[in-house]
Amino acid sequence: MATAVADEAAAPESSLSDAVVVRFAGDSGDGMQLTGGQFTLSTALAGNDLATFPDFPAEIRAPQGTLFGVSAFQINFGSSEITTAGDAPDVLVAMNPAALKTNVPQLKPGGLIIADEGEFNDRNLAKAKYDANPLEDGSLAKWQLLKLNISQATMDAVKPFGLGNKEALRCKNMWTLGLALWMFDRDRQPLIEWLKAKFAKDPNLADANIAALNAGHAFGETAELSGPLKQHHVAPAPVAPGLYRTLTGAEAIALGLVAGAQLARLPMFFGGYPITPASAILHHLSRLKEYDVTTFQAEDEIAAICSAIGASYGGSLGVTSSSGPGIALKGEAMGLAIMTELPLVIVNSQRGGPSTGLPTKTEQSDLYQAVYGRNGDAPMPVIAARSPGDAFECAIEACRIATQYMTPVMLLTDGYIANAAEPWKVPDLTAYEAFPVEFLTEVPEGGFKPYGRDEKLARPWVKPGTPGLLHRIGGIEKEVDTGHLNYQPANHQAMTDLRKAKIDGVKVPDQIVELGAEGGKLAVVGWGSTYGPIHQAVRRKRAEGADVSHIHIRHIWPLPANLGALLKSYDRVIVPEMNTGQLKTVLRDQYLVDAKPVNKVSGQPFRIAEIEAAIEEALG
Amino acid sequence: MNEMTTIARTTTLKDWETDQEVRWCPGCGDYAILKAVQRTLPDIGAVPENTVFISGIGCSSRFPYYVESYGFHTIHGRAPAFATGLKLANPDLDVWIITGDGDGLSIGGNHTMHVIRRNLDCQIMLFNNEIYGLTKGQYSPTSRVGTNSPSTPFGSIDRPAQPCAFALGAGARFVARGFDVSKELPNVLKAAHAHKGAAFIEIFQNCIVYNKDVFEDFAAPKGAEDRQLWLKHGEPMLFAKGTRGITLDHAALTLKVVDVVDGDWQAAGVIVHDVTNRSVAHMLVEMRFGEFPMALGVLYDDPRPTFEADVWRQNEAAAAGKTADLQGLLKKGQTWTVKEGGPDL
Repeated sequence: MATAVADEAAAPESSLSDAVVVRFAGDSGDGMQLTGGQFTLSTALAGNDLATFPDFPAEIRAPQGTLFGVSAFQINFGSSEITTAGDAPDVLVAMNPAALKTNVPQLKPGGLIIADEGEFNDRNLAKAKYDANPLEDGSLAKWQLLKLNISQATMDAVKPFGLGNKEALRCKNMWTLGLALWMFDRDRQPLIEWLKAKFAKDPNLADANIAALNAGHAFGETAELSGPLKQHHVAPAPVAPGLYRTLTGAEAIALGLVAGAQLARLPMFFGGYPITPASAILHHLSRLKEYDVTTFQAEDEIAAICSAIGASYGGSLGVTSSSGPGIALKGEAMGLAIMTELPLVIVNSQRGGPSTGLPTKTEQSDLYQAVYGRNGDAPMPVIAARSPGDAFECAIEACRIATQYMTPVMLLTDGYIANAAEPWKVPDLTAYEAFPVEFLTEVPEGGFKPYGRDEKLARPWVKPGTPGLLHRIGGIEKEVDTGHLNYQPANHQAMTDLRKAKIDGVKVPDQIVELGAEGGKLAVVGWGSTYGPIHQAVRRKRAEGADVSHIHIRHIWPLPANLGALLKSYDRVIVPEMNTGQLKTVLRDQYLVDAKPVNKVSGQPFRIAEIEAAIEEALG
Repeated sequence: MNEMTTIARTTTLKDWETDQEVRWCPGCGDYAILKAVQRTLPDIGAVPENTVFISGIGCSSRFPYYVESYGFHTIHGRAPAFATGLKLANPDLDVWIITGDGDGLSIGGNHTMHVIRRNLDCQIMLFNNEIYGLTKGQYSPTSRVGTNSPSTPFGSIDRPAQPCAFALGAGARFVARGFDVSKELPNVLKAAHAHKGAAFIEIFQNCIVYNKDVFEDFAAPKGAEDRQLWLKHGEPMLFAKGTRGITLDHAALTLKVVDVVDGDWQAAGVIVHDVTNRSVAHMLVEMRFGEFPMALGVLYDDPRPTFEADVWRQNEAAAAGKTADLQGLLKKGQTWTVKEGGPDL
């Protein structure tokens, strides 16, 4: 979602003139993610608001043509505010039978199928488990079908460049993209520039791809008069003035962490271990050396967090990132960071679980793990990002809390946010208030107490290398003030109480109501990446006159101070989550409100219609 | 790198003692190792505030509480990972990792391997008592086959790991051995400290409660001459008062013990110890005690560039000529401006 000029009364998303959902689907080797990414860029440049949903298999190169090897990229774009990747596609581009079979059920009735009939041969049909060719047997009658031999058209277009068969066919995605650009009246030039830059070392390949792109575009122009293919113009969305770019969640977190470290006036250390879908953060940061960022690919998840704690101990801002299984491995070290009261930011890009679960699919099922998932009474602040753009703000907030309160902080995002792109209004960094860290460098009045506390209950941060402040820290219970080992019952009670009071006292902004009134019949309470579908569903229902409000919680722990009273001002509360009811449990526990769960754990984001149905049911 | 104003000053053993009561069992070998370290630190000109002891979990890992420097008692097996983050954040610190046979070779074996192969500039002191002491005496990865313990009442079955062979296999550029009460231990520690890079020191340590005197066969003062081979660079590998030595069996390509007659070690073919000879180092760490004396001292020492220095060098090279313009970075890539009333492409 862009920084939108939110107009509550605006028409809902998804009428074709106003907003369009296009889904590109093909084999994992067909370059669908790249096609989608470039189409996204051209959409952004055309001034539409947009949201995307990359949906790809866990296998890197699944066997060609198979159902489980299908990779898809969905984009929703329009001339009004877009907050989701769209419920049902208006247009499906299917590069082979498997892509058609797995994606066509979601296509809107009457929607357009563009299929590469060159790939609908017996072999591929068998792999997709089709008994008959669906392009020929009338089984697609409820949709508009456009059969094109994209493979052959691509081969013809790139013939002058003398590529081998395999290489030539790789240009298929550019032919398809050319056609899509024509369909939505887009400028090809930025893409041509991009291809030239991408294939700078092989100008022949660049020219071949450009030829394929142009051929696809030309096909649209000449074919316009016949059949279902028509050109649509989607007007630019009325968004707030300013400079925009597209941004994925992984980029946003990387940039937000750099900004957070700068606002804290600290060098950043990032310890990571490759894991889907969190690795992209490590990749982005590893290129930012000039921003005083050191990245370290550790031998495992445990070493990744331990090295980050070691760096924090040394006076850097330690950061680590992973996904559920890796976060589980980091649990013991988080306890140490809590015990030694060192700043640390832990990013969890959630995915479907338990265990390896659904590595490339999205879920929000690590909330319990974030809030409760450590041995001992181990309180830790938890923040959840709602969108790629919001992830930038949340990363800064995580750095602020970590350094101001001397505590590890968990930042929750998910596979959907990490991979999805949205237009982002580039913020003005001078508008952010700095929170410079002050290390203790000499013995204060009254003597040095390694576990002495300021008014926020934070202990002093002393870098090794500082004369006169030698001390030892560790995971054994600390004596109040001195930090010496102490197993005494009263001391453990006091230290446990102190650790809890410190985190309970973390200042977080009061909860606002995103949409609707404070108080009323129904509150829909969400967190994280469900923001889009909840927001649209509440907007539509309010446009129909329903008394429903949207509350979206960023600070999962500690919760905003006003949240209890706010929730109690509604007759009913429902909590849509991509888990079996985790925030719901926390809200019930904290406020004794009768929050009702609305759950989905299919690895796919909520559809707007699903939330609308839940609202209808709750309102009775 | 952080600028640290290091004022050269001399310290004494007392300066390295903390006010904390030492809580090891009376008679534990750890006391002797602690004293050896506290004796070594003044000799090497260590500066307390620039010195950091990092440990995992186990009896040995209580060590940092007893040294008046900076110290971090971390979690089981992970001390090398904390040390890596710390050294990358501040390469000027002098970092000592304290670990044990369970901490460093069982739960933390992975980190021990990687800190060594990366060649982080630090001293890794592995206290090997061949037993889990703090958890009350279970057999450890270095326990000998047949060790009776609460978890192996019929004797342990698995073959033990050899710490120095493990280190060398992981790519160590410095491998040394000593034992708790040895007078030579401070010299071994000094050599380890002088080595730039990961210096691995196996220290045999007597657990008087759960594995008493398990090293007596070579560590006992009586007959030590016959059972200890103290290696010195440039000197022949002699023991038993110069009457025996180590030579190469050229046919079998293995080491063997030879008698030295009238001190003529050259005639007996005794090898001169070259700490940079990696092939011989591999053979020395594999020498089985009994058939051979216990090889002690610096077995191997051949430095290579350190991990943290290379990381800093690469960071600086990658950052050279670039300005840290974050606002500019936010605007990177294809952007567009939306003016009042619509986009301007």
